[in-house]
Amino acid sequence: MMRALVLGAAVVLGLIAAGFPKSESIVLPPSNIMFKPGPNLGLVQANCLVCHNADYIYFQPALTRAQWTAEVNKMRSAYKATIADDDVPKIVDYLMTQNGKT
Amino acid sequence: MRLGRREFLVGSAAAGAALATSAPLGAAENWVELPMQNGKRPLMRYPQKRAMIVQSSRPAILETPFEVFDQSDITPNDAFFVRWHEAGVPASVDSASFRLNVHGVVNKSLSLGIADLRSQFEPVEIVAVNQCSGNSRGLFNPRVAGGQWANGGMGNARWKGARLTDVLKRAGIGAGAKQVSLHGLDHGVLPATPRVQKALDVDVVTSNPDILVAYEMNGEAMPLLNGFPVRLVVPGWYATYWVKMLSDIEVIDHIDDNFWMATAYRIPDTPGNTVKPDQTGYKTIPINKMHVRSFITNIQDGNFISGLDKPDPMYPYRYSAEVRGIAFDAGSGIKTVEFSDDGGKSWTQTKLGRDLGKYSFRRWTARWSAHAGSGMHTLACRATANSGEVQTNVAVWNPAGYLKNDIETYEVSV
Repeated sequence: MMRALVLGAAVVLGLIAAGFPKSESIVLPPSNIMFKPGPNLGLVQANCLVCHNADYIYFQPALTRAQWTAEVNKMRSAYKATIADDDVPKIVDYLMTQNGKT
Repeated sequence: MRLGRREFLVGSAAAGAALATSAPLGAAENWVELPMQNGKRPLMRYPQKRAMIVQSSRPAILETPFEVFDQSDITPNDAFFVRWHEAGVPASVDSASFRLNVHGVVNKSLSLGIADLRSQFEPVEIVAVNQCSGNSRGLFNPRVAGGQWANGGMGNARWKGARLTDVLKRAGIGAGAKQVSLHGLDHGVLPATPRVQKALDVDVVTSNPDILVAYEMNGEAMPLLNGFPVRLVVPGWYATYWVKMLSDIEVIDHIDDNFWMATAYRIPDTPGNTVKPDQTGYKTIPINKMHVRSFITNIQDGNFISGLDKPDPMYPYRYSAEVRGIAFDAGSGIKTVEFSDDGGKSWTQTKLGRDLGKYSFRRWTARWSAHAGSGMHTLACRATANSGEVQTNVAVWNPAGYLKNDIETYEVSV
Protein backbone atom coordinates (compact mmCIF):
# COMPACT_ATOMS: atom_id res chain seq x y z
CA MET A 1 0.00 0.00 0.00
CA MET A 2 2.70 2.41 1.08
CA ARG A 3 4.85 1.33 -1.85
CA ALA A 4 1.99 1.90 -4.27
CA LEU A 5 1.46 5.39 -2.85
CA VAL A 6 5.13 6.23 -3.16
CA LEU A 7 5.23 4.91 -6.72
CA GLY A 8 2.08 6.81 -7.59
CA ALA A 9 3.55 10.02 -6.19
CA ALA A 10 6.77 9.42 -8.12
CA VAL A 11 4.84 8.97 -11.32
CA VAL A 12 2.91 12.19 -10.79
CA LEU A 13 6.09 14.04 -9.87
CA GLY A 14 7.83 12.55 -12.87
CA LEU A 15 5.18 13.95 -15.15
CA ILE A 16 5.35 17.35 -13.49
CA ALA A 17 9.16 17.36 -13.54
CA ALA A 18 9.13 16.70 -17.25
CA GLY A 19 6.71 19.58 -17.71
CA PHE A 20 4.05 17.22 -18.96
CA PRO A 21 0.63 18.71 -18.32
CA LYS A 22 -1.89 16.51 -16.58
CA SER A 23 -4.57 17.45 -19.01
CA GLU A 24 -5.26 19.69 -21.95
CA SER A 25 -8.66 21.15 -22.71
CA ILE A 26 -9.75 23.31 -25.58
CA VAL A 27 -12.88 24.93 -26.95
CA LEU A 28 -13.02 25.34 -30.71
CA PRO A 29 -13.84 28.88 -31.77
CA PRO A 30 -17.06 29.35 -33.73
CA SER A 31 -16.78 29.68 -37.47
CA ASN A 32 -17.22 33.13 -38.93
CA ILE A 33 -18.74 31.70 -42.11
CA MET A 34 -22.40 30.63 -42.18
CA PHE A 35 -24.55 29.11 -44.92
CA LYS A 36 -26.02 31.90 -47.04
CA PRO A 37 -29.68 31.97 -48.06
CA GLY A 38 -30.59 29.62 -50.90
CA PRO A 39 -33.00 26.85 -51.89
CA ASN A 40 -33.48 24.09 -49.29
CA LEU A 41 -31.29 25.93 -46.77
CA GLY A 42 -32.99 24.22 -43.82
CA LEU A 43 -32.33 20.80 -45.28
CA VAL A 44 -28.67 21.67 -45.82
CA GLN A 45 -28.28 22.99 -42.28
CA ALA A 46 -30.00 19.95 -40.78
CA ASN A 47 -27.83 17.46 -42.65
CA CYS A 48 -24.43 19.01 -43.37
CA LEU A 49 -23.86 20.76 -40.06
CA VAL A 50 -24.05 17.49 -38.14
CA CYS A 51 -20.47 16.63 -39.06
CA HIS A 52 -18.85 19.81 -40.43
CA ASN A 53 -19.26 23.55 -40.74
CA ALA A 54 -20.30 25.58 -43.77
CA ASP A 55 -16.85 26.98 -44.50
CA TYR A 56 -15.53 23.66 -45.83
CA ILE A 57 -18.14 23.78 -48.59
CA TYR A 58 -17.41 27.40 -49.50
CA PHE A 59 -13.64 26.71 -49.57
CA GLN A 60 -13.93 23.95 -52.18
CA PRO A 61 -13.21 24.80 -55.80
CA ALA A 62 -16.39 25.40 -57.78
CA LEU A 63 -17.70 21.90 -58.54
CA THR A 64 -20.06 20.60 -61.22
CA ARG A 65 -23.45 19.11 -60.41
CA ALA A 66 -21.99 15.63 -60.91
CA GLN A 67 -19.11 16.41 -58.56
CA TRP A 68 -21.35 17.84 -55.83
CA THR A 69 -23.66 14.84 -56.19
CA ALA A 70 -20.66 12.55 -55.73
CA GLU A 71 -19.65 14.48 -52.60
CA VAL A 72 -23.12 14.23 -51.06
CA ASN A 73 -23.27 10.54 -51.89
CA LYS A 74 -19.86 10.06 -50.29
CA MET A 75 -21.24 11.61 -47.10
CA ARG A 76 -23.94 8.94 -47.18
CA SER A 77 -21.99 5.86 -48.24
CA ALA A 78 -18.63 6.49 -46.58
CA TYR A 79 -19.54 8.56 -43.52
CA LYS A 80 -23.07 7.20 -43.04
CA ALA A 81 -24.87 10.56 -43.08
CA THR A 82 -28.60 9.88 -42.83
CA ILE A 83 -29.61 11.85 -45.92
CA ALA A 84 -32.79 10.58 -47.58
CA ASP A 85 -32.58 9.62 -51.27
CA ASP A 86 -35.03 12.38 -52.24
CA ASP A 87 -33.00 14.98 -50.40
CA VAL A 88 -29.77 14.42 -52.31
CA PRO A 89 -30.75 16.44 -55.42
CA LYS A 90 -32.27 19.14 -53.21
CA ILE A 91 -29.03 19.53 -51.29
CA VAL A 92 -27.12 19.53 -54.58
CA ASP A 93 -29.46 22.28 -55.87
CA TYR A 94 -28.40 24.42 -52.93
CA LEU A 95 -24.69 23.64 -53.34
CA MET A 96 -24.86 24.58 -57.01
CA THR A 97 -26.24 28.02 -56.11
CA GLN A 98 -23.42 28.53 -53.59
CA ASN A 99 -20.32 27.04 -55.18
CA GLY A 100 -21.33 25.41 -58.45
CA LYS A 101 -19.76 25.24 -61.86
CA THR A 102 -21.82 24.57 -64.96
CA MET B 1 -3.41 31.94 -61.27
CA ARG B 2 -0.93 34.50 -60.02
CA LEU B 3 -1.18 36.54 -56.91
CA GLY B 4 -1.16 40.24 -57.40
CA ARG B 5 2.22 41.86 -57.09
CA ARG B 6 3.08 42.53 -53.52
CA GLU B 7 5.86 44.47 -51.97
CA PHE B 8 8.32 42.02 -50.50
CA LEU B 9 11.14 43.05 -48.24
CA VAL B 10 13.88 40.52 -48.65
CA GLY B 11 15.16 39.34 -45.31
CA SER B 12 12.33 40.75 -43.27
CA ALA B 13 9.83 38.81 -41.25
CA ALA B 14 7.17 41.43 -41.65
CA ALA B 15 4.46 39.02 -42.70
CA GLY B 16 5.17 36.62 -39.84
CA ALA B 17 5.21 39.36 -37.26
CA ALA B 18 1.78 40.51 -38.38
CA LEU B 19 0.35 37.09 -37.57
CA ALA B 20 1.78 36.62 -34.10
CA THR B 21 -0.77 38.71 -32.32
CA SER B 22 -2.74 38.09 -29.19
CA ALA B 23 -6.19 38.64 -30.61
CA PRO B 24 -8.99 36.63 -28.99
CA LEU B 25 -9.56 33.07 -30.07
CA GLY B 26 -11.69 32.77 -33.14
CA ALA B 27 -11.33 36.35 -34.22
CA ALA B 28 -10.75 36.52 -37.95
CA GLU B 29 -7.86 38.94 -37.75
CA ASN B 30 -7.12 38.85 -41.35
CA TRP B 31 -7.74 37.08 -44.59
CA VAL B 32 -5.28 35.48 -46.92
CA GLU B 33 -5.61 34.84 -50.62
CA LEU B 34 -4.09 31.45 -51.43
CA PRO B 35 -2.87 31.09 -55.04
CA MET B 36 -5.88 29.16 -56.33
CA GLN B 37 -9.36 29.91 -57.62
CA ASN B 38 -11.58 30.56 -54.57
CA GLY B 39 -8.48 30.83 -52.39
CA LYS B 40 -9.65 33.39 -49.82
CA ARG B 41 -9.35 32.03 -46.26
CA PRO B 42 -9.63 33.51 -42.77
CA LEU B 43 -6.65 33.60 -40.47
CA MET B 44 -7.89 32.59 -37.03
CA ARG B 45 -6.44 31.71 -33.66
CA TYR B 46 -7.32 28.29 -32.33
CA PRO B 47 -6.48 27.04 -28.81
CA GLN B 48 -2.70 26.59 -28.37
CA LYS B 49 -2.21 28.04 -31.86
CA ARG B 50 -1.19 31.35 -33.35
CA ALA B 51 -3.22 32.68 -36.29
CA MET B 52 -3.57 29.85 -38.81
CA ILE B 53 -5.17 29.60 -42.24
CA VAL B 54 -8.57 27.98 -41.71
CA GLN B 55 -9.39 25.30 -44.30
CA SER B 56 -12.21 23.94 -42.14
CA SER B 57 -13.29 25.25 -38.75
CA ARG B 58 -14.87 21.96 -37.62
CA PRO B 59 -13.34 19.40 -37.92
CA ALA B 60 -10.30 21.63 -37.56
CA ILE B 61 -8.13 21.82 -40.66
CA LEU B 62 -5.57 24.57 -40.14
CA GLU B 63 -2.77 25.44 -42.53
CA THR B 64 0.60 26.85 -41.53
CA PRO B 65 1.23 30.30 -43.04
CA PHE B 66 4.13 29.62 -45.38
CA GLU B 67 6.44 32.34 -44.03
CA VAL B 68 6.77 30.23 -40.86
CA PHE B 69 8.99 27.86 -42.86
CA ASP B 70 11.41 30.70 -43.52
CA GLN B 71 11.76 31.58 -39.86
CA SER B 72 13.19 28.30 -38.54
CA ASP B 73 14.00 24.76 -39.63
CA ILE B 74 11.76 23.48 -36.84
CA THR B 75 8.08 24.39 -37.09
CA PRO B 76 6.86 25.78 -33.75
CA ASN B 77 4.08 23.81 -32.08
CA ASP B 78 1.71 26.77 -32.17
CA ALA B 79 2.18 27.09 -35.93
CA PHE B 80 2.09 23.38 -36.78
CA PHE B 81 -0.66 22.38 -39.22
CA VAL B 82 -3.77 20.58 -37.98
CA ARG B 83 -5.94 18.11 -39.83
CA TRP B 84 -8.82 16.17 -38.26
CA HIS B 85 -11.29 14.15 -40.30
CA GLU B 86 -14.15 13.84 -37.88
CA ALA B 87 -15.63 16.32 -35.44
CA GLY B 88 -15.68 13.89 -32.52
CA VAL B 89 -12.33 15.06 -31.18
CA PRO B 90 -12.24 15.09 -27.37
CA ALA B 91 -12.13 18.67 -26.13
CA SER B 92 -10.24 17.54 -23.06
CA VAL B 93 -7.75 14.75 -22.48
CA ASP B 94 -6.48 13.77 -19.03
CA SER B 95 -3.00 12.32 -19.37
CA ALA B 96 -3.14 10.77 -15.90
CA SER B 97 -6.00 8.46 -16.82
CA PHE B 98 -5.09 8.08 -20.50
CA ARG B 99 -4.27 4.51 -21.56
CA LEU B 100 -2.71 3.15 -24.71
CA ASN B 101 -3.94 -0.40 -25.23
CA VAL B 102 -1.91 -2.96 -27.15
CA HIS B 103 -3.77 -6.13 -27.99
CA GLY B 104 -4.74 -8.61 -30.69
CA VAL B 105 -2.28 -11.18 -32.01
CA VAL B 106 0.19 -10.64 -29.18
CA ASN B 107 1.54 -12.82 -26.41
CA LYS B 108 0.52 -10.34 -23.73
CA SER B 109 -1.90 -7.42 -23.94
CA LEU B 110 -0.63 -4.12 -22.54
CA SER B 111 -2.33 -1.10 -21.07
CA LEU B 112 0.21 1.71 -20.90
CA GLY B 113 -0.09 5.10 -19.26
CA ILE B 114 1.97 8.13 -20.25
CA ALA B 115 4.27 7.55 -17.28
CA ASP B 116 4.78 3.94 -18.40
CA LEU B 117 5.70 5.07 -21.90
CA ARG B 118 8.17 7.57 -20.48
CA SER B 119 9.76 5.35 -17.87
CA GLN B 120 9.66 1.81 -19.24
CA PHE B 121 11.00 2.37 -22.75
CA GLU B 122 14.16 3.97 -24.03
CA PRO B 123 13.33 7.53 -25.08
CA VAL B 124 14.24 8.35 -28.68
CA GLU B 125 14.31 11.73 -30.41
CA ILE B 126 13.91 12.18 -34.15
CA VAL B 127 13.42 15.33 -36.20
CA ALA B 128 10.93 14.47 -38.91
CA VAL B 129 8.67 16.13 -41.44
CA ASN B 130 4.97 15.45 -41.06
CA GLN B 131 3.19 16.20 -44.33
CA CYS B 132 -0.46 15.67 -45.19
CA SER B 133 -0.99 13.29 -48.12
CA GLY B 134 -3.00 16.04 -49.78
CA ASN B 135 -0.61 18.92 -49.09
CA SER B 136 -0.86 21.33 -52.06
CA ARG B 137 -4.16 19.75 -53.21
CA GLY B 138 -5.55 23.21 -53.93
CA LEU B 139 -2.82 23.63 -56.56
CA PHE B 140 -3.95 20.61 -58.59
CA ASN B 141 -5.03 21.20 -62.17
CA PRO B 142 -7.78 20.28 -62.74
CA ARG B 143 -8.91 20.90 -59.17
CA VAL B 144 -10.24 18.12 -56.96
CA ALA B 145 -12.48 18.18 -53.88
CA GLY B 146 -10.98 17.87 -50.40
CA GLY B 147 -8.96 20.07 -48.06
CA GLN B 148 -7.75 22.88 -50.30
CA TRP B 149 -4.22 23.20 -48.97
CA ALA B 150 -1.69 25.46 -50.56
CA ASN B 151 1.80 24.29 -49.48
CA GLY B 152 1.40 24.70 -45.70
CA GLY B 153 -0.04 21.26 -44.87
CA MET B 154 3.32 20.19 -43.49
CA GLY B 155 5.69 20.81 -40.60
CA ASN B 156 8.99 19.68 -39.15
CA ALA B 157 9.33 18.86 -35.45
CA ARG B 158 11.60 17.12 -32.99
CA TRP B 159 9.56 14.17 -31.77
CA LYS B 160 10.36 12.23 -28.61
CA GLY B 161 8.86 8.94 -27.63
CA ALA B 162 9.17 5.20 -27.32
CA ARG B 163 9.93 3.05 -30.34
CA LEU B 164 6.85 1.24 -31.61
CA THR B 165 9.10 -1.81 -32.08
CA ASP B 166 10.00 -1.72 -28.36
CA VAL B 167 6.34 -1.49 -27.34
CA LEU B 168 5.45 -4.39 -29.62
CA LYS B 169 8.44 -6.39 -28.35
CA ARG B 170 7.04 -6.00 -24.84
CA ALA B 171 3.69 -7.35 -25.99
CA GLY B 172 5.28 -9.99 -28.20
CA ILE B 173 3.96 -10.24 -31.75
CA GLY B 174 2.15 -13.56 -32.16
CA ALA B 175 2.24 -16.07 -34.98
CA GLY B 176 0.30 -15.14 -38.11
CA ALA B 177 0.40 -11.38 -37.47
CA LYS B 178 0.03 -9.39 -40.71
CA GLN B 179 -0.66 -5.78 -39.80
CA VAL B 180 -0.61 -3.34 -36.92
CA SER B 181 -3.88 -1.42 -36.84
CA LEU B 182 -4.06 1.86 -34.93
CA HIS B 183 -6.64 4.40 -33.87
CA GLY B 184 -6.97 7.35 -31.53
CA LEU B 185 -9.61 8.85 -29.27
CA ASP B 186 -11.31 10.75 -32.09
CA HIS B 187 -14.49 9.48 -33.71
CA GLY B 188 -17.32 10.52 -35.94
CA VAL B 189 -20.31 12.51 -34.74
CA LEU B 190 -22.65 9.74 -35.88
CA PRO B 191 -22.09 6.35 -34.28
CA ALA B 192 -22.09 4.71 -37.73
CA THR B 193 -19.30 6.90 -39.13
CA PRO B 194 -16.14 4.80 -39.47
CA ARG B 195 -13.57 6.06 -37.01
CA VAL B 196 -10.18 6.95 -38.44
CA GLN B 197 -8.07 3.82 -38.25
CA LYS B 198 -4.81 3.15 -40.07
CA ALA B 199 -2.72 0.04 -40.52
CA LEU B 200 0.93 -0.69 -41.27
CA ASP B 201 2.33 -4.04 -42.32
CA VAL B 202 4.08 -5.92 -39.51
CA ASP B 203 7.17 -6.10 -41.74
CA VAL B 204 7.20 -2.32 -42.11
CA VAL B 205 6.87 -1.79 -38.38
CA THR B 206 9.40 -4.38 -37.21
CA SER B 207 12.03 -3.25 -39.73
CA ASN B 208 11.73 0.44 -38.82
CA PRO B 209 12.94 1.40 -35.31
CA ASP B 210 12.32 5.07 -36.18
CA ILE B 211 8.54 4.73 -35.83
CA LEU B 212 7.75 6.33 -32.48
CA VAL B 213 4.91 6.43 -30.03
CA ALA B 214 5.65 10.11 -29.37
CA TYR B 215 4.75 12.01 -26.22
CA GLU B 216 6.75 15.16 -26.91
CA MET B 217 6.91 17.59 -29.78
CA ASN B 218 9.73 20.13 -29.78
CA GLY B 219 10.45 19.47 -26.10
CA GLU B 220 6.91 19.88 -24.87
CA ALA B 221 3.68 17.98 -24.68
CA MET B 222 2.02 18.40 -28.06
CA PRO B 223 -0.95 20.72 -28.55
CA LEU B 224 -4.24 18.89 -28.17
CA LEU B 225 -5.02 19.60 -31.83
CA ASN B 226 -1.76 17.87 -32.81
CA GLY B 227 -2.64 14.73 -30.86
CA PHE B 228 -2.03 15.20 -27.12
CA PRO B 229 -0.99 13.16 -25.23
CA VAL B 230 0.49 10.61 -27.66
CA ARG B 231 0.69 10.31 -31.41
CA LEU B 232 2.32 7.90 -33.79
CA VAL B 233 5.31 9.28 -35.70
CA VAL B 234 6.11 7.44 -38.92
CA PRO B 235 9.14 9.30 -40.31
CA GLY B 236 9.20 9.44 -44.09
CA TRP B 237 5.56 8.43 -44.46
CA TYR B 238 2.62 10.73 -45.15
CA ALA B 239 0.78 12.09 -42.12
CA THR B 240 -2.28 9.89 -42.55
CA TYR B 241 -0.35 7.20 -40.64
CA TRP B 242 0.67 9.54 -37.81
CA VAL B 243 -2.38 8.64 -35.70
CA LYS B 244 -3.21 11.37 -33.18
CA MET B 245 -4.36 10.75 -29.57
CA LEU B 246 -3.16 7.20 -30.20
CA SER B 247 -5.11 4.99 -27.82
CA ASP B 248 -5.29 1.59 -29.49
CA ILE B 249 -2.76 -0.65 -31.20
CA GLU B 250 -4.12 -3.93 -32.45
CA VAL B 251 -1.97 -6.57 -34.09
CA ILE B 252 -4.17 -8.33 -36.63
CA ASP B 253 -3.81 -11.52 -38.69
CA HIS B 254 -5.35 -10.02 -41.84
CA ILE B 255 -5.21 -6.88 -43.99
CA ASP B 256 -7.19 -4.06 -42.40
CA ASP B 257 -10.15 -3.42 -44.72
CA ASN B 258 -11.70 -0.47 -42.93
CA PHE B 259 -12.72 2.59 -44.99
CA TRP B 260 -9.55 4.57 -44.19
CA MET B 261 -7.35 1.83 -45.64
CA ALA B 262 -9.52 0.17 -48.27
CA THR B 263 -11.16 3.24 -49.83
CA ALA B 264 -9.57 6.46 -48.61
CA TYR B 265 -5.90 7.43 -48.83
CA ARG B 266 -5.19 5.23 -51.82
CA ILE B 267 -3.06 6.17 -54.81
CA PRO B 268 -3.11 4.82 -58.37
CA ASP B 269 -0.76 1.88 -58.83
CA THR B 270 0.40 3.39 -62.13
CA PRO B 271 3.76 4.83 -63.23
CA GLY B 272 4.33 7.96 -61.14
CA ASN B 273 1.06 7.23 -59.31
CA THR B 274 -0.57 9.53 -61.80
CA VAL B 275 -3.68 9.13 -64.00
CA LYS B 276 -5.70 11.17 -66.46
CA PRO B 277 -8.75 12.93 -65.00
CA ASP B 278 -11.18 10.72 -66.93
CA GLN B 279 -9.22 7.49 -66.42
CA THR B 280 -10.93 4.58 -64.67
CA GLY B 281 -10.31 0.92 -63.99
CA TYR B 282 -6.79 1.20 -62.57
CA LYS B 283 -5.56 -0.59 -59.48
CA THR B 284 -4.87 1.39 -56.31
CA ILE B 285 -2.61 0.89 -53.29
CA PRO B 286 -2.48 2.56 -49.87
CA ILE B 287 -0.47 5.79 -49.90
CA ASN B 288 2.88 5.28 -48.19
CA LYS B 289 6.23 7.10 -48.33
CA MET B 290 6.65 10.77 -49.17
CA HIS B 291 8.24 12.01 -52.36
CA VAL B 292 11.11 14.47 -52.50
CA ARG B 293 10.14 18.16 -52.42
CA SER B 294 11.76 21.57 -52.14
CA PHE B 295 10.50 25.11 -51.72
CA ILE B 296 11.78 28.65 -51.69
CA THR B 297 10.72 30.07 -48.33
CA ASN B 298 11.61 33.76 -48.49
CA ILE B 299 10.04 34.63 -51.83
CA GLN B 300 6.48 33.93 -52.90
CA ASP B 301 5.12 33.48 -56.37
CA GLY B 302 4.10 36.87 -57.68
CA ASN B 303 6.47 38.86 -55.47
CA PHE B 304 7.79 42.20 -56.56
CA ILE B 305 11.30 42.24 -55.15
CA SER B 306 12.27 45.78 -54.37
CA GLY B 307 14.84 45.09 -51.74
CA LEU B 308 17.69 43.40 -53.57
CA ASP B 309 20.09 44.22 -50.87
CA LYS B 310 23.61 44.28 -52.21
CA PRO B 311 25.23 45.70 -55.32
CA ASP B 312 26.92 42.83 -57.14
CA PRO B 313 30.65 43.62 -57.32
CA MET B 314 31.06 41.57 -60.50
CA TYR B 315 28.32 43.25 -62.49
CA PRO B 316 27.55 46.95 -62.28
CA TYR B 317 23.80 47.64 -62.05
CA ARG B 318 23.13 44.08 -60.89
CA TYR B 319 21.89 43.55 -57.39
CA SER B 320 21.84 40.35 -55.43
CA ALA B 321 19.61 38.77 -52.82
CA GLU B 322 19.74 35.67 -50.72
CA VAL B 323 17.25 33.02 -51.73
CA ARG B 324 16.41 30.56 -48.97
CA GLY B 325 14.45 27.37 -48.90
CA ILE B 326 13.87 23.90 -47.53
CA ALA B 327 13.95 20.39 -48.94
CA PHE B 328 13.01 16.94 -47.64
CA ASP B 329 12.32 13.40 -48.78
CA ALA B 330 11.17 10.10 -47.30
CA GLY B 331 14.30 9.63 -45.23
CA SER B 332 17.23 8.96 -47.53
CA GLY B 333 18.26 12.55 -46.88
CA ILE B 334 18.81 15.44 -49.26
CA LYS B 335 21.81 15.16 -51.55
CA THR B 336 21.56 18.42 -53.46
CA VAL B 337 19.23 21.33 -54.08
CA GLU B 338 19.64 23.31 -57.28
CA PHE B 339 18.40 26.80 -58.04
CA SER B 340 17.34 28.26 -61.36
CA ASP B 341 16.51 31.85 -62.32
CA ASP B 342 15.44 31.02 -65.87
CA GLY B 343 12.50 28.74 -65.28
CA GLY B 344 14.58 25.57 -65.11
CA LYS B 345 16.66 25.95 -68.29
CA SER B 346 19.87 26.13 -66.25
CA TRP B 347 20.64 25.15 -62.68
CA THR B 348 23.26 26.00 -60.08
CA GLN B 349 24.05 24.21 -56.83
CA THR B 350 22.86 25.75 -53.59
CA LYS B 351 24.54 25.55 -50.20
CA LEU B 352 22.94 23.09 -47.80
CA GLY B 353 22.39 24.16 -44.20
CA ARG B 354 22.77 22.21 -40.98
CA ASP B 355 21.74 18.58 -40.97
CA LEU B 356 19.08 17.84 -38.36
CA GLY B 357 18.67 14.27 -39.54
CA LYS B 358 17.63 12.42 -42.63
CA TYR B 359 13.87 12.91 -42.08
CA SER B 360 14.12 16.65 -41.39
CA PHE B 361 13.70 19.76 -43.48
CA ARG B 362 17.13 20.64 -44.89
CA ARG B 363 17.78 24.34 -45.26
CA TRP B 364 19.42 25.60 -48.43
CA THR B 365 20.58 29.03 -49.55
CA ALA B 366 21.62 30.57 -52.83
CA ARG B 367 22.53 34.04 -54.01
CA TRP B 368 20.66 35.44 -56.92
CA SER B 369 21.51 38.57 -58.82
CA ALA B 370 19.61 40.50 -61.45
CA HIS B 371 19.60 43.87 -63.11
CA ALA B 372 17.33 46.18 -61.19
CA GLY B 373 14.28 46.93 -63.30
CA SER B 374 14.87 43.93 -65.55
CA GLY B 375 11.30 42.74 -65.08
CA MET B 376 10.03 39.20 -64.73
CA HIS B 377 12.15 36.22 -63.75
CA THR B 378 11.06 32.64 -63.09
CA LEU B 379 12.86 31.21 -60.08
CA ALA B 380 12.78 27.48 -59.37
CA CYS B 381 14.35 24.92 -57.06
CA ARG B 382 14.96 21.22 -57.56
CA ALA B 383 15.95 18.69 -54.89
CA THR B 384 17.71 15.38 -55.35
CA ALA B 385 17.55 12.82 -52.55
CA ASN B 386 20.31 10.40 -51.59
CA SER B 387 17.99 7.69 -52.90
CA GLY B 388 18.42 9.17 -56.38
CA GLU B 389 14.87 10.47 -56.48
CA VAL B 390 14.75 13.90 -58.11
CA GLN B 391 11.97 16.41 -58.64
CA THR B 392 10.72 16.88 -62.20
CA ASN B 393 8.39 19.40 -63.82
CA VAL B 394 5.73 16.73 -64.42
CA ALA B 395 2.84 17.39 -62.04
CA VAL B 396 1.22 14.29 -60.59
CA TRP B 397 -2.56 14.08 -60.89
CA ASN B 398 -4.90 11.69 -59.11
CA PRO B 399 -8.54 12.16 -58.10
CA ALA B 400 -7.83 12.48 -54.37
CA GLY B 401 -5.13 15.12 -54.82
CA TYR B 402 -2.20 13.31 -53.23
CA LEU B 403 1.60 13.27 -53.71
CA LYS B 404 2.19 16.66 -55.33
CA ASN B 405 5.95 17.18 -55.61
CA ASP B 406 6.79 18.72 -58.97
CA ILE B 407 9.36 21.52 -59.23
CA GLU B 408 8.06 24.74 -57.67
CA THR B 409 8.39 27.89 -59.76
CA TYR B 410 8.10 31.48 -58.60
CA GLU B 411 7.39 34.34 -60.97
CA VAL B 412 9.04 37.43 -59.57
CA SER B 413 9.81 40.86 -60.86
CA VAL B 414 12.58 43.24 -59.94
